[in-house]
Amino acid sequence: MSTTTELLKGAAELFPDEVVTQAHVRHFELPAGAGRFALITLDNGLDHTKPTTFGPQSLANLDTAIDQVEREAAAGEIVGVGITGKPFIFAVGADLKGVELLKKHEDALAIGKGGHEVFKRLAGLAVPTFAYYNGAAMGGGVEVGLHCKYRTVSKALPAFSLPEVFLGLVPGWGGCTLLPNLIGADKAVSVIIENSLNQNKQLKGQQVHELGIADAIFEGADFLEQSLIWTASVLKGEIVVDRPVIDRGDAWDQAVAKGRFIADSKVHGAAPAAYRALDIIAAAKNGDLQQGYDAEDVALADLIMGGELRAGIYAFNLVQKRGKRPAGAPDKNLARPVTKVGVVGAGLMASQLALLFLRRLEVPVVLTDIDQERIDKGVGYVHAEIDKLLGKGRINQDKANRLKALVTGVLDKAEGFSDADFVIEAVFEEIGVKQQVFAEVEAVAPAHAIFATNTSSLSVSEMASKLKNPERVVGFHFFNPVAVLPLLEIVRGEQTDDASLATAFAVAKKLKKTAVLVKDAPAFVVNRILTRFMGEIQNVIDEGTPVDVAEKAVEPLGLPMSPLVLLELVGPAIGLHVSETLNKAFPDRFTVSPNLKSVVEAGKRGFYVYGSGKPELDPEVAALLKQGDTVLTEDQVRARVLDAVAQEIGIMLDEGVVAEAQDIDLCLITGAGWPFHLGGITPYLDREGVSERVNGKKFLEPGVASVPA
Amino acid sequence: MPRTVRDVVFVDGVRTPFGKAGPKGIYHETRADDLVVKAIRELLRRNPGLDPKKVDEVAIAATTQIGDQGLTIGRTAGILAGLPQSVPGYSIDRMCAGALTAVTTTAGSIAFGAYDAVIAGGVEHMGRHPMGEGVDPNPRFVSEKLVDESALFMGMTAENLHDRYPHITKQRADEYAVRSQEKAAKAYANGKIQADLVPISVRRTNEEAGETGWGLVTADEPMRPGTTLENLAGLKTPFRVHGRVTAGNAAGLNDGATASIIASEDFARENNLPVKMRLVSYAFAGVEPEVMGYGPIPATEKALAKAGLSIEDINLFEINEAFAVQVLAFLDHYGIADDDARVNQYGGAIAYGHPLASSGVRLMTQLARQFEEQPEVRYGLTTMCVGFGMGATVIWENPHFENAGGDK
Repeated sequence: MSTTTELLKGAAELFPDEVVTQAHVRHFELPAGAGRFALITLDNGLDHTKPTTFGPQSLANLDTAIDQVEREAAAGEIVGVGITGKPFIFAVGADLKGVELLKKHEDALAIGKGGHEVFKRLAGLAVPTFAYYNGAAMGGGVEVGLHCKYRTVSKALPAFSLPEVFLGLVPGWGGCTLLPNLIGADKAVSVIIENSLNQNKQLKGQQVHELGIADAIFEGADFLEQSLIWTASVLKGEIVVDRPVIDRGDAWDQAVAKGRFIADSKVHGAAPAAYRALDIIAAAKNGDLQQGYDAEDVALADLIMGGELRAGIYAFNLVQKRGKRPAGAPDKNLARPVTKVGVVGAGLMASQLALLFLRRLEVPVVLTDIDQERIDKGVGYVHAEIDKLLGKGRINQDKANRLKALVTGVLDKAEGFSDADFVIEAVFEEIGVKQQVFAEVEAVAPAHAIFATNTSSLSVSEMASKLKNPERVVGFHFFNPVAVLPLLEIVRGEQTDDASLATAFAVAKKLKKTAVLVKDAPAFVVNRILTRFMGEIQNVIDEGTPVDVAEKAVEPLGLPMSPLVLLELVGPAIGLHVSETLNKAFPDRFTVSPNLKSVVEAGKRGFYVYGSGKPELDPEVAALLKQGDTVLTEDQVRARVLDAVAQEIGIMLDEGVVAEAQDIDLCLITGAGWPFHLGGITPYLDREGVSERVNGKKFLEPGVASVPA
Repeated sequence: MPRTVRDVVFVDGVRTPFGKAGPKGIYHETRADDLVVKAIRELLRRNPGLDPKKVDEVAIAATTQIGDQGLTIGRTAGILAGLPQSVPGYSIDRMCAGALTAVTTTAGSIAFGAYDAVIAGGVEHMGRHPMGEGVDPNPRFVSEKLVDESALFMGMTAENLHDRYPHITKQRADEYAVRSQEKAAKAYANGKIQADLVPISVRRTNEEAGETGWGLVTADEPMRPGTTLENLAGLKTPFRVHGRVTAGNAAGLNDGATASIIASEDFARENNLPVKMRLVSYAFAGVEPEVMGYGPIPATEKALAKAGLSIEDINLFEINEAFAVQVLAFLDHYGIADDDARVNQYGGAIAYGHPLASSGVRLMTQLARQFEEQPEVRYGLTTMCVGFGMGATVIWENPHFENAGGDK
């Protein structure tokens, strides 16, 4: 047995549930008398909804296939070797489930080495090798092709990426080393770092060709035939593949520097993967492949044993799986059809909601408000947004006509809502006003209609309490900007029935939102945690810590923006309002900052001025601040803030605001943009020991978002 | 308005390699529509002078027009092949003469002036769509003795034809079949066939059928080079006890597709498209369904009469070899020897296979190659028998003939 075989056998034993990919070898004559060819097909035997992956047994199968073609190549029985995938899928890389199971550094190292040892053999064959990217290719799928001498890509290929950095890994089966050596460091940094950190952006076939990753591109209809005809021409010397010379001078260093700048701006040094990848890309400048592979092995093993990757996989699974099957949602068969939607209010939020419902549900949407002028403005907003979509080519004229015809506005609720199945309100955030609105709607709407409220801080149960049918009311809390943030907190009031809740979840799914079931508790999930978080920052500032120290203290978390920039985005007045609401509910934990109050009273809309290009504390704000004399260090500030967050989450879980800590993390990722490498927040609090310090226990079992015990 | 009948030409034709129908056949896991789509794409690639926008029609034949051969395959194949949405398409069925009818029907429209250029072809995946799939013959056929019961079974009609012509023995049929295999093997060896084949990628997941994974088909699967009379002598006669028709002297059950470009001669010349054959005349004729193999004879009579030609004017024949007996009946009728050099020079369907509705264009593609090589020949014909008692014949003129296009 070779070392590779042993390595993979050991790894396979750790992962008995692997969905195994076969590597079929089939021989045939190439066109134009170019000779006998061996084509390897990667196929896990399932349809395209279960993409082909590489676990240890799959790698062993590829290794065996290469044994065969290696013999044949050496014996002169074949003129070339190709590799391709099953219909619609090339291969989507390592099986993450297998990575999650790894407990030991040496096992992690074995996975990296195993992949390298197998893939490398393709480059060492006695005949030229060709990869045909026929469909989705990611991670290890992309990498196996990079080890081949030539590549073709299908114009119909929908997704091509090296997503490792996005997850918390490095492209460690040759990607970090081979890609810059193939297309230059600048383009490689774009693919490996920039696309990954840009919400895992995928390349299309055309781009794969333009970047120089593939030497030729063919249409999907006869992609493999044309690739093989091209292969025949290459083997006969009729086509000479001419790749541009790579700039190994300053351009290489500049590309790596650009990569570091991108990484800093996205993760602020808080997650190691991008930086590890950049180190390997930087070193790849000398063209020494083996040195690069060794560095990849070490980086991969370190990262696999690190908390950021485990949190990243956890976060990925939350968004991909739990986000699609919300915990605690009632039987979806209870949902009632929604064929017409009413929107109470025609202001900006209401108009955005109208647009969203219109685009996703494609049913009539009626706006109402207190005067015709507001209604016209709301409908006008929706029409203008539809025109923008038309202008960008996102929809065609027919669709634009259809959508415009579906949105109307009327003054008379009876006229607008008498046949509505779902009515959502987005009126002034005041309990009396909302109760009044729902009472009016109940008087005219059908008995089965669901009433949804977009309140961010009021009690859904209280809002429903005055109705004849309070069981029809649900909370439907969106996050701004509605079109961008996926989260939708669905709030079950005390009297909400299963049918109404099921309908709410069904609508959320059609809206393509990530729905999380939340108890009717003050400020629900995201706003409560963010307010506690912000409140603690404000507390330390009020007590005397300089603003910049407080801001810098949480930089190591790698949040999308600093606390005060976030407060600017939300609006200091709204932030103050929410903190007052929560202060009323939980006065012992939520304070109202006097400094924030004076900033709001002074009519300031933010804390910073940006004249110099960098945010600087607005001198007018600075003049307003009244601080104490307790000055904390960054570490002290961070500890206080994290303790507060851990305490609040612990209390929320005790109160049953959500089913599990997983839902808290899903909310923070999809509603506040908190990063994958934190896993939302609870994996990070567990990892840093904050949970145990504050609550005496971890939020998650070992192995859920960490290295298993 | 004044009308001028326009000359119609065969610009180019291609086909997929033909496969054996059934679970071990090369196309068992390949869709029928993909076969014809790939043929159309190759045709367009080979003829860059034809702006796809200028294709006026896509006429695709299939006998069993359901599943992946249904949904108006002429239209769907056009879209799948990447033709502009403005190019229309339709389906045609005349069983075995489907592709031939796709050519003649569109050719008639070209002559009339309705089209300038079309794609005409056919497809039959007899593995996915076995003969007789979903048929529902009217009971009156039998109750009123409109046709003999054997009319629905092509092999039985071939036995009936042997009955009609007792001098066409099994021995003669087998000898003919051996020659067909020999000529086909020689044509392959001389590279006469490959240039018009479209390579097809094929997937196999069934280990019992051979190596699994993706493969590439570049040659006809049914061919049996080296077939001897002894090989054939022992074969079963599945259609009749002590019969004469065997798998060896008949075409098999096959999968495949063909496509051709048919255009007005003026259009072809203006667009620098090749002119491989010029249409002279065509005819279809009906015969008793239970001896459908007789069909080519009256069809050829009609086509010759319309062209003002006699059989002596025809110097190349492409006769579809559904059954050896049917070719021999034709040759006997015209007093042509069984091994006449003008007949099926590259061999025929007994060797290559006969995916029903696709075969007509294969005959034309092969005749076009022969025209190119033999400029001394002026006229040739393509003919085939058709299920339920029909024959179909098209007479072509060789544009490479030195005085071609002159008096007819």
